Amino acid sequence: MPSDSALRIVWIYPDLLSTYGDQGNVLVLEQRAQRRGIPTETYHVRSADPVPEGGDVYLIGGGEDRPQILAAQRLRRDGGLHRAVARGAALLAVCAGYQIMGTTFGGEEGQPVEGLGILDIASSRGPARAVGELVAEVDVALNLPTLTGFENHMGVTHLGPGVKALSKTVVGVGNGDGFEGCYAGHVVGTYLHGPALARNPALADLLLSWRVGELPPLDDSRYEALRQERLAAVLPA
Amino acid sequence: MTQLPLRAQLASALGRSAATLSRMTGRGDGSVIGGRVGLLLEPDLLRKLARDRKLALVSATNGKTTTTRLITSALLELGEVATNAFGANMPAGHVSALSQHKSAPYGVLEVDEKYLPEVLDTTGAGVVCLMNLSRDQMDRAGEIWLLAQKWRRALSGRPTHVIANCDDPLVTWGASTAAQVTWVAGGQRWKEDSWCCPECGGPLDRKDAAWACRECTFHRPEPHWVLHDDVVVDPRGRQWRVDIQLPGLANRSNAVMALAVAEAFGLPVERALPRLGQVTSVAGRYTTVERDGRYARLLLAKNPAGWLEAFDVADPGLPIILSVNAQGPDGRDTSWLWDVDYRILRGRPVFVTGERRLDLALRLDVADVPFTLCASFGEALAMQPPGRLDVIANYTAFQQIRSEFGRAE
Ligand SMILES: [Zn+2]
Repeated sequence: MPSDSALRIVWIYPDLLSTYGDQGNVLVLEQRAQRRGIPTETYHVRSADPVPEGGDVYLIGGGEDRPQILAAQRLRRDGGLHRAVARGAALLAVCAGYQIMGTTFGGEEGQPVEGLGILDIASSRGPARAVGELVAEVDVALNLPTLTGFENHMGVTHLGPGVKALSKTVVGVGNGDGFEGCYAGHVVGTYLHGPALARNPALADLLLSWRVGELPPLDDSRYEALRQERLAAVLPA
Repeated sequence: MTQLPLRAQLASALGRSAATLSRMTGRGDGSVIGGRVGLLLEPDLLRKLARDRKLALVSATNGKTTTTRLITSALLELGEVATNAFGANMPAGHVSALSQHKSAPYGVLEVDEKYLPEVLDTTGAGVVCLMNLSRDQMDRAGEIWLLAQKWRRALSGRPTHVIANCDDPLVTWGASTAAQVTWVAGGQRWKEDSWCCPECGGPLDRKDAAWACRECTFHRPEPHWVLHDDVVVDPRGRQWRVDIQLPGLANRSNAVMALAVAEAFGLPVERALPRLGQVTSVAGRYTTVERDGRYARLLLAKNPAGWLEAFDVADPGLPIILSVNAQGPDGRDTSWLWDVDYRILRGRPVFVTGERRLDLALRLDVADVPFTLCASFGEALAMQPPGRLDVIANYTAFQQIRSEFGRAE
């Protein structure tokens, strides 16, 4: 049984939705909690197993079309993630994981597939694959520095009135309408795939702070060096 | 060999001169440009060059170049072999390889995973060797379930003899529509891309080497060849020590695949195995470069599965330099660094360089692996005491080191 003081990180379906470095988000959250003296317990929940509803921060990653559809079916049947979000748990949903949080998304042949309805968004297949570095300015209400990361997807996502855009794209495609990602309550969705939190430690801290309150600063020089290099590489001089 | 039609002869000859020109002007080994020129003049050139030869196609995400080399080495026992030795693994490279050995009765072609259906269709190759499928350069390569699906369609309804690694569930699924399959238990070190059944998406249960889907009938086929560490048991139950010079378990697995392919060409183990032992380095892999008494052994690792193989070969008692780039051939996305478990490097002197060293630096920091950041490979090498060390680099980082530092003899 988990101890009461530990922060519980739940990685959903690494067997289906973990194509490329998604583990990075787990590791960054663990590191940033532990370096502040907060113990962590991490659960890798395979798709055959029930999703525990008592977690603090949930992560779900990217994947191919078929695994994405399977993951959506199983999560809807399971219901654990819905209950966790209703309890106020934080959730970071990335790429394919982002799309399935909506009401529908595009399947292998572009057919609409029913999502989880946790976010008020609807996704479909875009005209072309969006691949490359992405830079975006975060909604001022969240008070976060510029988002930086890599996107690799074919989705177009329409935001409904129940969510706010996470950021406005400067470089890259994101949702496909000039904005990237969205958020509502303690749920954040983004097309920044793989280790999005490694490039955006402030976003990791936001997820943590939703569960544990205000956090003391860390020495972020390694993160900052990488951020500055990537931003300089893709932003027009 | 039957004569090529005049147009194909001309295209093939012009392609060869373009390749020579490209080599002379220092633009690489010329195999791609030569093949492109040839294909431009005669789009059907590959089909024509492949006709009347006995061909093996080799595909996987890891070990293609090495296995192609091992098979070639074995088949030389039978006669002349045409092969794309430099890893130019798309149709232009195949045209170039076959053009350069026009009378060779045998051909061994390394094929990019995505191009396998097309190349199989064009060449009608009789033998296909499939080793593994794992995440690899996803910004430019295809998605791997989709790739395996395309292999299935390409192999279905053909007389092709497939040699496949049945320890990899996705490869097994990709190969199992073929008319004839020789299953090789070659091992699977990287399992993160095969926890689910490719047939139905259900969970795969594993016990030792065996695996089976919990929800449908898909399971590991009974292997014909089984590798246990450094001993292989052949289909007749005879045991052979896999005595090769290339290091590591992954290469012994590649060698067993090569033995099974050789047998499909009628070459028995006793004649093939000694030839595999003659291969010491493949396109610079495992060679040692030297400067001022520092002997650095070069290991290539292009994706997470490749890093696991490199860690298996690297000497834990030696310092290690890691170099990572993200140019086109490497994939421009470094996300995969987060899939590699670097904790095995704790306790070794670790040096980090390459164009994307800051990505790797953060990755190691989060893994609690102490390291020294270096602006260049030369700087990292100069920081070493005289003696031996290991280097793991991804594709273009590896090539940069090779071109800057001579081979130590
Ligand atoms: Zn199944």
